[in-house]
Formats: sequence, C-alpha cells, structure tokens
Amino acid sequence: MKNQQTAIRRTAEQGWLSFIPWSLHAWLVPVAIAALWQMAGGLGWISQALLPTPLMIAKQFVHLGVSGELWGHFEVSILRAFSGFILGSLTGLALGMSTGLGSMAERTLDPSIQMLRTVPLLSLIPLFILWFGIGEFSKILMISLGAFFPVYVNTFLGIRSVDAKLYEVSRIFQYSKLQLLTRLILPSALPNILLGIRLSLGVSWLVLVVAEMMGTSAGIGYMIQDARAYSQTDIVFVGIIIFAMIGKLSDSSVRLLETRLLSWRETYKG
Amino acid sequence: MSADTLIIEQVNRVFQTPAGKVTALKGIDLRVRKGEFITLIGPSGCGKSTLLKIVAGLDTSYEGSVLLNDKPISGPSIEKGFIFQEPRLFPWLTVEKNIAGNLSLKHKDVRKKVEEYIALVRLEGFEKAYPRELSGGMAQRVAIARALLRNPDVLLLDEPFGALDAFTRSHMQEVLLDIWQNNRTTMLFVTHDLDEAVFLGERVVIMNPRPGHIRSIQPIDLPFPRKRTSSSFQELRTKVLREFEKVEEPEFDTGAGI
Ligand SMILES: Nc1ncnc2c1ncn2[C@@H]1O[C@H](COP(=O)(O)OP(=O)(O)OP(=O)(O)O)[C@@H](O)[C@H]1O
Ligand SMILES: [Mg+2]
Repeated sequence: MKNQQTAIRRTAEQGWLSFIPWSLHAWLVPVAIAALWQMAGGLGWISQALLPTPLMIAKQFVHLGVSGELWGHFEVSILRAFSGFILGSLTGLALGMSTGLGSMAERTLDPSIQMLRTVPLLSLIPLFILWFGIGEFSKILMISLGAFFPVYVNTFLGIRSVDAKLYEVSRIFQYSKLQLLTRLILPSALPNILLGIRLSLGVSWLVLVVAEMMGTSAGIGYMIQDARAYSQTDIVFVGIIIFAMIGKLSDSSVRLLETRLLSWRETYKG
Repeated sequence: MSADTLIIEQVNRVFQTPAGKVTALKGIDLRVRKGEFITLIGPSGCGKSTLLKIVAGLDTSYEGSVLLNDKPISGPSIEKGFIFQEPRLFPWLTVEKNIAGNLSLKHKDVRKKVEEYIALVRLEGFEKAYPRELSGGMAQRVAIARALLRNPDVLLLDEPFGALDAFTRSHMQEVLLDIWQNNRTTMLFVTHDLDEAVFLGERVVIMNPRPGHIRSIQPIDLPFPRKRTSSSFQELRTKVLREFEKVEEPEFDTGAGI
C-alpha cells in the first residue's frame, strides 16, 4: 500500500519535472535558493547589512554597470590576469618543452624548478612588494609565477608520456626532428598541456584576487576590498559574482578547446 | 658485391633485466637473396621480433654483424619497411592521414596512392575514421597499407596477419604475393601459422627458444601461385611440421634415440 503511494508520487514528480526543459534542470536549485533567500531577506529574518537580498545585489550590479565604474575595474583586472597568465604559461610551455625534450636541460634546470615549486606562492608576496613595489609590474609577475608551474609540470609530463611504440614507428618512417615534434610529441602531449593551461587559468585568478587586495586603486579585487571598508556588502557580492562568472567562462572555453582538439580520444565518459 | 642483399652473421642479443641476463638470440646466421621471400616460424619468445628489430635498425645493441647491401645497418631507413605485431596507429589521425604519415595528402600522387592502398586492404569508406572506430583487424590493415605505400626494398613483417579473419587473411596473402612479384621486394615474414609459412615462403626458417637460435631452414620448391590442396604442398607442410615438432619437444627427441 505504502509502496504504491510512493510509486504514484514518483511519477507525479517526474511529470512535474518534465514540464521544464532538460537544459534548465541545472538551474532549479540555484533559482530555488535565490527565491528563498529573497523571501527571508524581505521578511526581515536576516540582516540585510550582512546578507543583502538577490534583488538588491542585482540592482547594485545594474547601477555599477550603468555608471561605468564596474567596467573600469573589470578592464584592469582582466588585463592583469591575462598578461600574467600569458607570460607565465608561455614560459612554462617553453621551459617544460626544453626539459621534456632534452635530458641535458632536465638535469640542469628541472631540480631548481621543482625546488621553487614547493615554496608556497603566497608567502612570496611580501618579498615581491619589497622588491617591485605594489605597481602593475609586481602584480603581473606574481600572477605569471603562479601560472607558470601547472603548465610547466604538465608539459613535461605530457612529453615524457609519448608512447615509445609510436616513436619506433616515426623512426621507421624517418620523421625529421621537426616532424617528430609536430606530428608525434606535441599531439601526444596536448591533453596534458591543455590540462596545465586550465589549472594555470585557475591559479591566475586566485593570485589576481590576492594581489588586488594587497593595495591598488583599481580592479575587481580593489572594488571588493573598498566596499568592505564601507560595509557595502552588496558591492562585495557583485565582485564575487563577477569573479565566479569570468572563472567559469575561461574554464569552459578551455574545455571547449579540449573537446574540439581531443575528439580522437577514447575515454570513459561516465 | 655478393648476390645476398642481407647477410646476418653470428648475431647474439642479450637483454639485461633486473632478474638477470636473457639471451634472446644466439649465433644467428642467415643470408637472404635480393627479392627472396623468407618466412620465420617458431614458438613464442624465441626471438623472432628481436631479430626483425635488429634488421630494421631499431635495435643496435647486438653482437655480430648484419649487412644490408654490403653496408652495416646503422639505423632505420626508408628502404626498410616494418609492419609491427600491433597496428601502432597514431590515435589522433584519421585512417588516410595515418597511411600518409609524414607525406602530405595535398600532393596529388600521394593522395592517389593512399586511395589505391585503402582499396587494396579493402577499407573504402573508412578514410576519415579514427583508429578508435576500427576493429583490431581493420587497424592492422591500415598499418599494412601504411608500410606498403612506401614501397621499401626490404619489408619486415612481424605476424602481420595474426589479427585477421581467415578470408581477409588469405586476401592479404594474395595482395602481399602480388606486391612481392611486381616489386621484387625482399620479404622477412614472421608468422606462427605453419600453413602461412609454407604458402608464402621460398624458404622457411624454423627457430628454437632459450636461447633463440635457428633450428633448420626448409626450402619450399613450389612454383607460385601455390595450391594448399596439392599433394606436394601437403608433403612439404608435413616436413616442416616434423621439424617444428622437434623444436617443441627437444628432450623427447633426443630421448627417442636410446
Ligand atoms: N626489451 C626487452 N627487455 C628484456 N627482454 C626482452 C626484451 N625484448 C624481448 N625480450 C626477451 O627476448 C626473448 C625474445 O622475445 P621476442 O619478442 O623476440 O619473441 P618472439 O619470438 O617475437 O615471440 P612472440 O611470438 O610471442 O612475439 C623473450 O624471452 C623476451 O623475454
Ligand atoms: Mg614477437
């Protein structure tokens, strides 16, 4: 009897869910939480100074956007993160390839890099400020250092996991040094390199936020820090949402690149 | 210049493993005429692949001498083709790009040849397929096409048809014989199929394991095309089989004399 009831309820539930398109299912939980949050705020259950309602945050978002303030901070942050990321990941790619391809470079370079890697990056920030001040250069250098290691480590790993059996094939067909690199080593290492780039993007964001909270006059991180000083919690939320959106966007674009470039892979898809 | 294109003399190959030394080949002597079809047969682990890799120039850590056209083998070269025991396709390349390899499909004659060899191994319609979409036998046929396309002087084949079904296998045997007769390619063909060894080879080299050495060489004096059902074929097959059985049970063989 009881079983029958739950069975009926389950089909009823599925019937209810089937009114909503599949693609929107992921949004159900966030929307429900936002609605509850709005209601709790509206009824005065939680202090709006600590936790502004979603509507207030949205209003502030629009306000900052229209006044142009948001875009100014946004531009500064994006430029910092991007230049740091490009500088760090390109250096990582270049050094990872040289230690991956040459045992000479591996013996001489890799031990030092591995040692540096074990130093927690954030502990270096005071040193960076002492040496380079709190200017743009110091921030970009800090971000690029963070972006360097994931790409370096994964490029090295990717090159060293090239299948020796395929290497024999390339020897039989007398691939030139360049062909060996572009037609065997790089394609084999690509999955690892892309993984390194994805991790490196994440680290770039993290270091950016820390760097911008250390002392600047512009950037999303500064905006958050400044708003905290004046207890403008809604602006803090706007900043956090922007960080989340850009982080998600950059991660998705690398993922898209992965599915495009690595469609040949035969992997477990869950 | 001697009439033999490939001269293998007193070749030993010892592998250093954590468990100790493994003698894979001991005292290998073999002379192969230009354009000759040699089949190699022997139990698993008797050093057939090892010998082929030495001739290919992939393995240079051997003792003894191996001469190809009077010159010692110093490394892989384009006149020595190799079909490996496994397909070894590049997983990120389609079938046609795998066959072309480092040759560009933009060249008209390369494209024409690739299409020709795809037809030869009966893979029309799979030009754009990736290796993961192929069966084991199909992948091996791609590898065969890839090696044949380069038209080498010496073709080294390591159990190339092992993964094929009986029909495809006999088709590929015909294809190989055609190519051999048209191009006078020197063939070194490893197999564990007695029928195949006798059907293809002008001489069958029978090897023994532990340590790997040549037990005997059996000439197959039958004209091509051969008929498996003919009595002379069956006679030679039985002869090789007898040699082969001696290989499998050496103790038994010596014991029989007492
Ligand atoms: N790289 C290696 N390191 C150590 N030992 C090896 C290596 N390659 C081959 N051997 C040993 O050499 C012997 C011959 O191996 P090989 O692969 O030539 O045999 P095979 O005749 O081709 O056998 P199969 O018919 O199974 O392919 C084996 O005992 C094997 O263990
Ligand atoms: Mg073998």
